[in-house]
Amino acid sequence: MSTTPKATDEAPVPEPRTSEDVAAETPAAAAIPAVDPRLLVREQGFKGYVDEFKRKIRSGEIGSLPVVIGLIVIGVVFQALTGNFITSYNLDQITLYAAGPGIMAVGIVFVLLLGEIDLAVGSVAGLAGAVWGVLATDMPDSLAILLGILSGTLLGAFHGLVFAKIGVPAFVVTLAGFLGWAGLQTWVMGERSTIPTPIGSFVGDLTKYYFADVAAAYGLAVLVLAAFYLAQLRDSRRRKAAELPHRPHSEILLRTGVLAVLVLVAAYGFNQEKGLPLSLVIFLLILLVTDFVLRRTTYGRQVFAVGGGIEAARRAGINVAWIRTSVFMISGTLGAVGGLFLASATGGADRSLGGGNQLMMCIAAAVIGGTSLFGGRGKVWSALLGILVLQSIVQGLNQLNLESNAIQYMITGAVLLIAVIIDSVSRKTQKSAGRA
Amino acid sequence: MSQTPVLALRGIFKRFGAVQVLSGVDLEVHAGEVVALVGDNGAGKSTLVKTIAGVHPIDEGVIEWEGRPVEISRPQDSQNLGVATVYQDLALCDNLDVVANLFLGRELKKGGVLDEVAMEKRAKDLLSTLSIRIPSVRIPVAALSGGQRQVVAIARALVGDPKIVILDEPTAALGVEQTAQVLDLVERLREQGLGVILISHNMADVKAVADTVAVLRLGRNNGTFPVATTTHEEIIAAITGATDNAVTRRQARTAEVAQ
Repeated sequence: MSTTPKATDEAPVPEPRTSEDVAAETPAAAAIPAVDPRLLVREQGFKGYVDEFKRKIRSGEIGSLPVVIGLIVIGVVFQALTGNFITSYNLDQITLYAAGPGIMAVGIVFVLLLGEIDLAVGSVAGLAGAVWGVLATDMPDSLAILLGILSGTLLGAFHGLVFAKIGVPAFVVTLAGFLGWAGLQTWVMGERSTIPTPIGSFVGDLTKYYFADVAAAYGLAVLVLAAFYLAQLRDSRRRKAAELPHRPHSEILLRTGVLAVLVLVAAYGFNQEKGLPLSLVIFLLILLVTDFVLRRTTYGRQVFAVGGGIEAARRAGINVAWIRTSVFMISGTLGAVGGLFLASATGGADRSLGGGNQLMMCIAAAVIGGTSLFGGRGKVWSALLGILVLQSIVQGLNQLNLESNAIQYMITGAVLLIAVIIDSVSRKTQKSAGRA
Repeated sequence: MSQTPVLALRGIFKRFGAVQVLSGVDLEVHAGEVVALVGDNGAGKSTLVKTIAGVHPIDEGVIEWEGRPVEISRPQDSQNLGVATVYQDLALCDNLDVVANLFLGRELKKGGVLDEVAMEKRAKDLLSTLSIRIPSVRIPVAALSGGQRQVVAIARALVGDPKIVILDEPTAALGVEQTAQVLDLVERLREQGLGVILISHNMADVKAVADTVAVLRLGRNNGTFPVATTTHEEIIAAITGATDNAVTRRQARTAEVAQ
């Protein structure tokens, strides 16, 4: 329909296009190779990289850019307000308290990829902490930890089954879980309001242990960089051998260079304080494993497919109910692991563990980091970026002696809202640019 | 065409609640044959196709695959036999790129890990042998036009090396040039020795590419015609029920004799 007025504008004779006209144009079109060179083929080299970046921004594929800008803004503002925000002490503190909610946020990323939400993750964390705390008093520590984490897996499986098999909306199931498991947590704790972490428990080490040797932080940094560089190089070589578009070496070096600055500065910062925190190592390990699962395995591909179109996924032979159930199991498991970190940071199991704004922090972290609320788009790394933003704000406010929940809640709420607005707007832009 | 049909349906019945959608439908598809399945709205074309695809298991009847009876109760059963279905709504995941969509459900792996390079290479080869032009195999399907999505959906059906391809209204939403592309593609499928079931409302398309036309009317067979020797009017008559032709008369006569 839209071509008719255009055709009459251009052609002096206002006749509609006939099929002969179209046929006359086709021989020229037939010469075009399988990949249309006008579109989306990157120039090799640095210029191509910049062009592609600009094109992505224009069409709304902004990814993690807002959160990176956000982190810089937060750093600059608090540095200006306090005069000593960008310090190794703050780096250490932020990392220490980021690990627990960050791990829980990784689980939320999985659920968000399906376009669903898990409101129970805070309560699951609290209950797992309580289960561990109660069991650890008369059981080997490792067994208590295992059972605590398994309790989270079990609760996640329950949410997933009720959602996938019975068809109750996920937010209702997990809302019920949010209340129910918080109640169960109090019941499990019994008369005790807190159970201190037993001496020598691994849970205590989660946020207290540091690899004090200077070589640890630098060694890990170098290891990460080498692995990153070699993986990219290998991928690029394979693609080149298969005659597919590949990243030029200059771009790989640039990416590795940017990453190198970040991790080496971080490693230096940690070494100025107590060393490399164990919590960070575990958090990074979970991020690496989950990223691998999502991007490199059939399972991950199926999670994205279910998030992008349930009907298409079902017809491709994907067991949608299993994907849904298993994703909630992952969310429950990571929620429980996060709960043990929270217990470690507060000094033991607690009736109010995982309550308060903990749940909102996790969901906000995932969304702020760039994972879409609408399903099908996101990365586990958004959990890391998002929780860094939120924890930096908390740390900055603490430094300004604005520790009251009032200010912190308002700012966290505002940041979450901004993140969702950016998500919605970028989705709209992608639609109008024909990319969503 | 004397050899055993790749796929044969014999006396298929399917009921949804109070509606008897299919009553004793027969259909045969041979290798290298394009069978057009035509009929008015509600004739049961889509339901018949969905029984083959395993979306709706049949109530009664026999499905034969290369001469032996098989049971198709899930989409996987149908896929494992070698039936690929391209639905009218295409069923592509908008958020995944072309390569991921082509290989969805049968990803190529290397040591348990997705082999993106091999998949991208095969995707490019497949698309170029089918002369399919799309801007890039690494953009989300959401960014493609209607015709491009249609050819991607058909290409997707071919990834699993099927023996039968079912196309549900592949040209319904396409322009002139894109329709021509899809019809070319159907002919290429026949040349490769695949059996094709083509659902279409467009008689011009049917006459252009089909070898056989099977007409459904109100959930029953209403004649099977070789395209070369059948006129447009005869097919339309069979579709609308204004039938008084050799095939229906003969069927009525054999039915009488049987009784």
